[in-house]
Amino acid sequence: MSEMLSMTDVTVCYDNVEAVRNVSLSVEEGQIVTVIGPNGAGKTTLLMAAIGLLASRGRMVFQGHDIGRMSVEDRVERRLCLVPEKRELFSDMTVADNLLLGSYSLRDRTGVQKTLDEVYDRFPRLKERQRQAAGTLSGGERQMLALGRALMAKPKLLMLDEPSLGLAPLIVREIFRTIASLRDLGVSILLVEQNARAALETADYGYVLETGEVVQSGPAKDLIHDPRLITAYLGGH
Amino acid sequence: MTSDIAAILAIDGIATGAVYALVAIGTVLIFTVTRVIFIPFGDIAAFTALTLAALDAKRFPGTGALVVILACLATLIEIISLMRSGELRLLPRALSFYLLLPLAVVGAAWLVMRLDPPLAVRLVLALMLITPISPLLDRIVFRPIADGTVLLLLTVSVALHFALVGLGLLFFGPEGVRTEPLTSLSTEFAGVLISGQTMLIVIAALVFSGLLYLFFDFTLVGKSLRATAVNRTGSRLMGIRPARAGTIAYLLGSLMAGVSGILIAPVNTVFYDSGFLIGLKAFVGAIVGGMTSYPGAAIGAVGVGILESFASFESSALKDVIVFSLLIPILIWRSLASLHSEEEIEE
Repeated sequence: MSEMLSMTDVTVCYDNVEAVRNVSLSVEEGQIVTVIGPNGAGKTTLLMAAIGLLASRGRMVFQGHDIGRMSVEDRVERRLCLVPEKRELFSDMTVADNLLLGSYSLRDRTGVQKTLDEVYDRFPRLKERQRQAAGTLSGGERQMLALGRALMAKPKLLMLDEPSLGLAPLIVREIFRTIASLRDLGVSILLVEQNARAALETADYGYVLETGEVVQSGPAKDLIHDPRLITAYLGGH
Repeated sequence: MTSDIAAILAIDGIATGAVYALVAIGTVLIFTVTRVIFIPFGDIAAFTALTLAALDAKRFPGTGALVVILACLATLIEIISLMRSGELRLLPRALSFYLLLPLAVVGAAWLVMRLDPPLAVRLVLALMLITPISPLLDRIVFRPIADGTVLLLLTVSVALHFALVGLGLLFFGPEGVRTEPLTSLSTEFAGVLISGQTMLIVIAALVFSGLLYLFFDFTLVGKSLRATAVNRTGSRLMGIRPARAGTIAYLLGSLMAGVSGILIAPVNTVFYDSGFLIGLKAFVGAIVGGMTSYPGAAIGAVGVGILESFASFESSALKDVIVFSLLIPILIWRSLASLHSEEEIEE
């Protein structure tokens, strides 16, 4: 397995406050890696730095290329994609247009229609609502659209920020099922979640982030049985 | 006022309004994509008229020199910014876009002009010479402060307008121009004589608005522009570069302003500083549409044209006072109708 993304000693500052401090993590090809931790631990900040929306110090290598100083758009063109916590959909535009724009960064346009069909197969609800404005969708449908739009870019590494946030339990399960199935397509995933149990059940490897630093890491199946994590994040049983 | 006079005034107003509508649509386009309220749009329209007049008089217009100077400045700034970011590998692309392309346009226009081309070709030449100006100004002036507040961008935009008026005097001189009518045809409708020029203005406004609609609804680039307008962060995450979207918006916007300049040149005498009033009236129209709606801006602009036409009949001296007084109730209505300010929407 080759390394998809590696971060070494990454530090991100907001107005002189270090929100993320000397974080090192790596995602292997075809792996689902999760970063769990409490609110305000710097999980979202870490993803924002990885996509280039926030400036960072340290080393960031994606598929062998140093991406630390690249623009967001250059990273997206290398097929590093982020589904942010706020989804950032184009609310006035139709579902179909949102999906089409997901493929904007692809130079080779021949496979776009096929990818679109695959996304509609995966999320039939989106196909039913393709003419509807994205702003009129329910929370679950919005998350599906955000995921589907990211898949349109044929990502090599997909970074997901709190995909289960604010969704009903039934839909959360569906979203995690989808995430697990993406691994079979060969998409690597970096998943940031507050829902630690669901995240660790889906992931191969996990990192625990607290006040901007990695305090623990290991295979997900070990972390899920770790007594300290069980009391802190996994509901104490 | 008899109904005949009212009809004549209304038709006149619609024609003027159609010209404002083109500029207003361009204003909305640039604002939604780049958050810049581009006050110098009227100047671009006026410069087009002056360019066309110079071409008609078989003189090479000052626009050529203006474009060359702006291209050199933009290239210099681009080179410095590439050097700073350590991306000199992008230099060939920057040189071809900011230097070679504008120079090629000016060179081609200069060569074609020697051949004493017919009116249709001169129109194309005028538009070709005028369209690089806004994208180059964008690179020089707005790109370095693209992340600033709307207020900062507006302040710089107003300053840029005054700078352009000065440049206009330098490159075009103080004389007013009026170009030959594009058509001498006329027709009578319900007892009112409608000139071909009036019809041409309305048709051109409809055609260009229609083309813009098709562009936005049926092309990926058009959709990427809308996406940038709706959600900047979201569009960047799709790989849409805001700077490139801005350049396309400026190109399209200047084309609209250029067309309106060509349409108004045979009707009104245009001076180097005539653009301000055109731009400002289009801006009033755009505000009616809340600065975000194209149909709203077009309707608002036609409304301004009609109001101006009737106002100038009642009291020629007060027509601008009447038109701009309209802004006060509109702004009150808009601020009551929407609960958020533009700044808040941006966040």
